[in-house]
Amino acid sequence: MDLNILCYLIPALIMFCCGVYGFITRKNMIAILISLELMLNAVDINFVVFNRFLFPGSMEGMFFTLFAIAIAAAETALAIAIIVNIFRAAKNIDVREITKMKF
Amino acid sequence: MDSVGSIIMYVIIALSIVIFSVLAVTARKILRAATYLLFTLFATAALYFQLDYPFLGAVQIAVYAGGIVVLFVFAILLTSNPGDNSEKLESKKRFTGLVAALAMALVGGYALCTRCAALLPDMQSAGMQKIGETLMGTGYQQYLLPFEAVSVLLLACIIGGIVIARKR
Amino acid sequence: MDATIQILILAIPLFMFLFLGLLGKYLSHKLAGILGTTAMGIVTALAYYTAYLYFFSGDPHFQDGTQRLQYIVFNPVWLEFYGNLHINIGFLLDPISAMMLVVITTISFMVNLYSNAYMRDHHGVFEKGFQRYYAFLALFSFSMLGLVVATNIFQMYIFWELVGASSYLLIGFYYTSPAAVSASKKAFIVTRFADLGFLIGILVLSYYTGVFSFMDFTSAPVEGLADTFKISTDTAAAVLVNKFTASPVPMFMGCSVLTWALVLIFMGGMGKSAMLPLHIWLPDAMEGPTPVSALIHAATMVVAGVYLVARLFPLYLQETAALEIVTVVGALTAFYAAMVACAQVDIKRVLAFSTISQIAFMMVSLGVCRPEYHHGVGYMASMFHLFTHAMFKALLFLGAGALIHAVHSNNYTAMHGLRKYMPVTHWTFLIGCLAIAGIIPFSGFFSKDEILTACGEYSTLVYIWMSAVAALTAFYMFRLYFLIFWWKEHKVHDPHHAPHDQPWCMTLPLIFLALVSCVAGFIPFGDFVTFNGEEHTFDLDWTVAGISLTVALISIAVAAKMYMKENPLPDKMAAALPRLWDWCYHRFYWDELYMFITHRIIFGLVCKPIAWFDRHIIDGTMDAFAAITNKASCAIKGLQSGNVQTYVWVYLIGALLLGTVTYICLL
Repeated sequence: MDLNILCYLIPALIMFCCGVYGFITRKNMIAILISLELMLNAVDINFVVFNRFLFPGSMEGMFFTLFAIAIAAAETALAIAIIVNIFRAAKNIDVREITKMKF
Repeated sequence: MDSVGSIIMYVIIALSIVIFSVLAVTARKILRAATYLLFTLFATAALYFQLDYPFLGAVQIAVYAGGIVVLFVFAILLTSNPGDNSEKLESKKRFTGLVAALAMALVGGYALCTRCAALLPDMQSAGMQKIGETLMGTGYQQYLLPFEAVSVLLLACIIGGIVIARKR
Repeated sequence: MDATIQILILAIPLFMFLFLGLLGKYLSHKLAGILGTTAMGIVTALAYYTAYLYFFSGDPHFQDGTQRLQYIVFNPVWLEFYGNLHINIGFLLDPISAMMLVVITTISFMVNLYSNAYMRDHHGVFEKGFQRYYAFLALFSFSMLGLVVATNIFQMYIFWELVGASSYLLIGFYYTSPAAVSASKKAFIVTRFADLGFLIGILVLSYYTGVFSFMDFTSAPVEGLADTFKISTDTAAAVLVNKFTASPVPMFMGCSVLTWALVLIFMGGMGKSAMLPLHIWLPDAMEGPTPVSALIHAATMVVAGVYLVARLFPLYLQETAALEIVTVVGALTAFYAAMVACAQVDIKRVLAFSTISQIAFMMVSLGVCRPEYHHGVGYMASMFHLFTHAMFKALLFLGAGALIHAVHSNNYTAMHGLRKYMPVTHWTFLIGCLAIAGIIPFSGFFSKDEILTACGEYSTLVYIWMSAVAALTAFYMFRLYFLIFWWKEHKVHDPHHAPHDQPWCMTLPLIFLALVSCVAGFIPFGDFVTFNGEEHTFDLDWTVAGISLTVALISIAVAAKMYMKENPLPDKMAAALPRLWDWCYHRFYWDELYMFITHRIIFGLVCKPIAWFDRHIIDGTMDAFAAITNKASCAIKGLQSGNVQTYVWVYLIGALLLGTVTYICLL
């Protein structure tokens, strides 16, 4: 039995879908951020898998992932800072309560 | 033909990715969700190791599992009491989420299944020296500029984080 | 010939307008008045000098034996379009423009001087906007001078509009009074409407002839002298032959195009000179300061229509149909205005209608002028009357201003019996009245007599008609005179504030103009102004003179009988002819007719539907667009709920659909 590319992509896809589901359904902003990390991670996996299966000689996918991880870290740090700030202001991090930015 | 060991390894990794992902988005305790995320990230790191990207796996563990998740845990502790349960989801909300996720899965799965069928080719794992040269080089397919950009970004992020989160 | 003086004649008033208009508020009132008056005095001296040179120097440019010539002092191109289509701004010296220079500058100087005192109250406090007043006076003087020295019809049109604009500004000088504002607008709109005809006339004339210059219409160049022309009916006839009657003859509605052009140009003159039916603005224009009425609405601007016809007279001679229209309009207006003047209470209105009537006299005189009748006496008489009328009517208006200033009312009912209190005003006003009534030896006698002679040569009907108007003139002027100065004793409430004569700068112009009115009649006008420039001595026709003198004396006697002492006769007469009295008093309901036409017919039947269309169809369409946009945004604004998760859901589904579509289409 051979492991073809799909064997790696399908779990990544499932991970991504979980991220989507979580993003849409969770109320806690940190949980939403967690879902976001899941999606990002799924994408990272895709980069690596395509790199590995289709272009084994080069390293673009790998480096893309590397930078994505770095940027994800930065993004998370900022997002968490914002969330902490919101919590301070509103005593609450329920995303449904934070709906000031509308018409 | 892959070895049985690697197939078993793959099955474990794939199962843990799927299971922990699902748990991470369905767990009602937020701290547990963070923990499941940590497991998912570990599983991803294992996947990288299995695909002959040890450096990437190490970065994944160090930055993601070690850094980001810790950040999450701190944030969770700062913004909620550990015992808090999130409320039960309304069915409507869950339905919309499921629709979106399933639509994504359907479209993505269909596209993947009709297009992708490559087998795992052989590959020499890239040595540390080569990775270092690629990361720090300025030549073709070398990444000094993005590297510096990321370093500036991280710096900005540190400052931004402090500015946003500090008490006034 | 050096043109400096002529340039200065135009430049000084323009400069004073700019100077007083821009910097006036930094000057004291007194200084502004003195500056304006001095500048006008200088212009007057220069204009007199120019006229003296023109009439008496015998320079070959000005005179060829007994024929006076037209000389273009300067004529630079102002606007160039292409080829020979260009507009010049020039300075034309010929008999009528030289005469007009004298008239305008004299009256303008007198009015400037007079206004120094008039535009103050009894405590010597200046009116608000005194400097602005002087700036506008300077603008008017500039425009009027530019009008009379125009070398081409387009320059005339430009200055024609400028005098209209300055008239508008001066009528509306008391802009806080609604009556003055509406009067200024009325004057502007009515004359504007007439000027539309003028403009179309200019365009028609220029389109068919290809020239603008008056010389090309009416004069022939004098050989050997640059810029010198003599009036020639041959040129006018050639215009007719070469341009207008070239086959096929351009006709429009049964009349030749030249007739149309001349009638349309005359329409402009009708508006400015307040001929029936475009006279309605002039009585209302009396809302302006009285010196302005004297300058603009009696002596100078309103005769621009007469001047226009006189300027194009050789052309009019080619189309006698147009001249007959001028005659008919003039005759009707003269009679109408004289009738109305008999029943007015406001002394300025009486004078305004009298002005209309007298200008109509000039128009009739031009209309009946034919070279074959007594060497074209009508043209000379018209210009002569223009000259004398300017003097005595300015005198009457300035006198009326003095009266109004003394009693603070425009109505004779507030005056009565003022002769003892204001002797100078009384005597000068009397001289003005005698002059306009046509009593020998005052100036009006001579000019009116020559007009009547011209009418008599033309047709007996016109002669009798105009004599009747002259009789009415004498009657209403002396009615006015007796009602102001006699009728009954003036009631003085407070001896310290009894009406009295005005300071010297108001009485001096009165005395000067009265003197001019006494002697101007003896000027041998035929030596200076005739229709073709040929000097010609016109002898007084003593039959006509005797008849008109008798008629005038009878009218004065009737007026004296009715109004010298308080008596019930006028009321009885008004009661006996109620209909006639009402019609005269209400100016034959012309204003009401205009109100009816404009409000009921034009506004009601034309503008209202247009406004409705604009409001409901044009605006409605735009409003509908706005409303649809508004409604649509209101309907979809709920989508921007502020809920991030909804956004993500919508975005994701949209992206998936897009991806699917792309996938299906491309692969």
